[in-house]
Amino acid sequence: MALPALFRRSGIAPPADVEAASLRSDRFRLERETEWRRLEAIVTALEKNRLRRISDEDLLDLPVLYRKAASSLAVARETTLDAALLAYLESLVRRAWFQVYGPRTGLTRWLRHFLASGWSRAVRAVMPEIGVALAVMLAGACVGWLLVSADVEWFYALIPPELAGERQPGADPAALRQSLSGAEDAGGLSMFAAYLFSNNAGVAILAFALGFAFGIPTLLLLAHNMALLGALLFVFAEAGLTGEFAAWLSVHGTTEITAILLAGAAGLHIGRSMAFPGNRTVLAATAQAGRRAAVIMAGVVLMMVVAGLLEAYARQLVTSAAPRAAIGGGMALFWLAYFGLGGRGKSGEP
Amino acid sequence: MNTPTTATDHGAIGAALERDLTRRRRDLVTPEGLSLPLTIASRGARAGALLLDLTILALAVLAVVLAFVALGIGFAGLAIDLVPQPAVELMIVAFIIILFLARYFYFLWFELGPRGATPGKRIVGIRVAARPGREGTGGRLTAEAVIARNLLRDVEIFLPASLLLTGGFTQGITGIATAIWLGVFVLFPFFNRDHLRAGDLVAGTWVVEAERRKLGRALSLATAPAGEYRFGAAELSVYGEHELQVLEGILRTGNEETMREVAEAICRKIGWQAGTDDARAFLAAFYAALRAHLERDLRFGRRKKNKFA
Repeated sequence: MALPALFRRSGIAPPADVEAASLRSDRFRLERETEWRRLEAIVTALEKNRLRRISDEDLLDLPVLYRKAASSLAVARETTLDAALLAYLESLVRRAWFQVYGPRTGLTRWLRHFLASGWSRAVRAVMPEIGVALAVMLAGACVGWLLVSADVEWFYALIPPELAGERQPGADPAALRQSLSGAEDAGGLSMFAAYLFSNNAGVAILAFALGFAFGIPTLLLLAHNMALLGALLFVFAEAGLTGEFAAWLSVHGTTEITAILLAGAAGLHIGRSMAFPGNRTVLAATAQAGRRAAVIMAGVVLMMVVAGLLEAYARQLVTSAAPRAAIGGGMALFWLAYFGLGGRGKSGEP
Repeated sequence: MNTPTTATDHGAIGAALERDLTRRRRDLVTPEGLSLPLTIASRGARAGALLLDLTILALAVLAVVLAFVALGIGFAGLAIDLVPQPAVELMIVAFIIILFLARYFYFLWFELGPRGATPGKRIVGIRVAARPGREGTGGRLTAEAVIARNLLRDVEIFLPASLLLTGGFTQGITGIATAIWLGVFVLFPFFNRDHLRAGDLVAGTWVVEAERRKLGRALSLATAPAGEYRFGAAELSVYGEHELQVLEGILRTGNEETMREVAEAICRKIGWQAGTDDARAFLAAFYAALRAHLERDLRFGRRKKNKFA
């Protein structure tokens, strides 16, 4: 195994004497064997991502060698009964096909295209779903508010006590105000940020992945999460701290809630395409929607990183309401502009 | 090429395997108009690949934990007061991020590579590919598709696993509902022809076999000197392509015992007196002659699938 790999560069062993072969199919094989082996060597190097090991000459010849191997396979199917040879050719042509028609964009190039235009375009393409998700989220928040204002017990049903801490209905406004203030120093904040990011990204990915079942679980998840928010908002509004709470939330919330909105919309997009595929097949429609949704989700994960950093650092270090609101508002404007304007006027795939 | 005793058993199993293989065969039309046969990876292969990947992941995370612990002990040895707080914090941050990357990026990173397969898939010999459209033309495997199929992995594997570990399925009605709901995802590959999991469906991908084969030597070149055995048309028309391929397999494996048995079986069938001489030489000669015979017919458009045809 190791030796052929070592010597592959130095040359491919010439096949046995062609004239000696009695069968036509063997002569066919022996005449072409060298080219097949050359293609195999190039494909193996490509598979191992050792592009520098491949000479320019080899790379230029790759499409030609691939076509020759493909036509050899077509001929061999009709003329030879050597099962091992057929299996080899099938595997070779298949491997070469995957390399010749493989993913052409590297991760970096894909990322650049994604940031420059792909992401914003994908987001704009799911505007109807964003509308639905937004409506559901608003409704969820309203329901949370209304439930708690009607009966305080709902608060405890919605929010687990260990999460709520001292933020409870009828709590002392001073204590509530205290819970909104930031930490004094930055100690432990990066830990907090990393935790928040990994947790929130998980929730967003879940919201997306649940879209699979016609989007219904996604809607439930969105509504539930926003009901929590509505309940909390009620508690703070009761204590007369609406402004402070909104500012506290907006620092990271504008980014995070937008990200959850997008994740939900992406999930819904898949669900909608499955339910109403139009004149494509369900499978084709789902696959197309899934790829678009994946672009959005890659962006959502990125937004969660930003949100985690804002939540841990900006919110804890900036303690008064006005600058917090400014940061949150600024982020909201930034995302709006980015999704509204990104990639307009450009065209083409990566 | 039947050897009397075990032939029926082998025959039944072999036939079942062959049926399974035929069921998993798909044709992809390349842009050159050539039909390229693909074999859908079996569910077993995929499960095996997944288990391998999860094992690799678990071992990697364990290694990181051990490294951190070792590092921590190193720090503690310095005297506890000297341990800089930021260093500990950095370690915890790094750990959380590593866990996140392991969960979401391990599969993504490897499937985006030129082999389109995670280490587990590579060991099993399968890869991810773009599912062809309605006309059967194969497309490129795009980054978006790989991202999509791996985002759904979360619901299919990690969520049920964490619920299992935390006992989430034992909480009454909700637990049962969750179990059913997640079961739909987990069992998805069993309810479609292409063994697609939910992620494959959403991403427009499938998982196919990607064996790397070496070019075997040309058997019919290494025949005994012509003239030692002469087979007539009647003797060669006993067998078909299937038997030829079985014979090829036997010659490539090269087990003396089997070769002798098969040589005797052939001699009986074609009415020869089985000699005591070299079974391999006889079989090689018979193989070459049979192949020449069948390939000549092939050129005239006559295919003889097996001995019954």
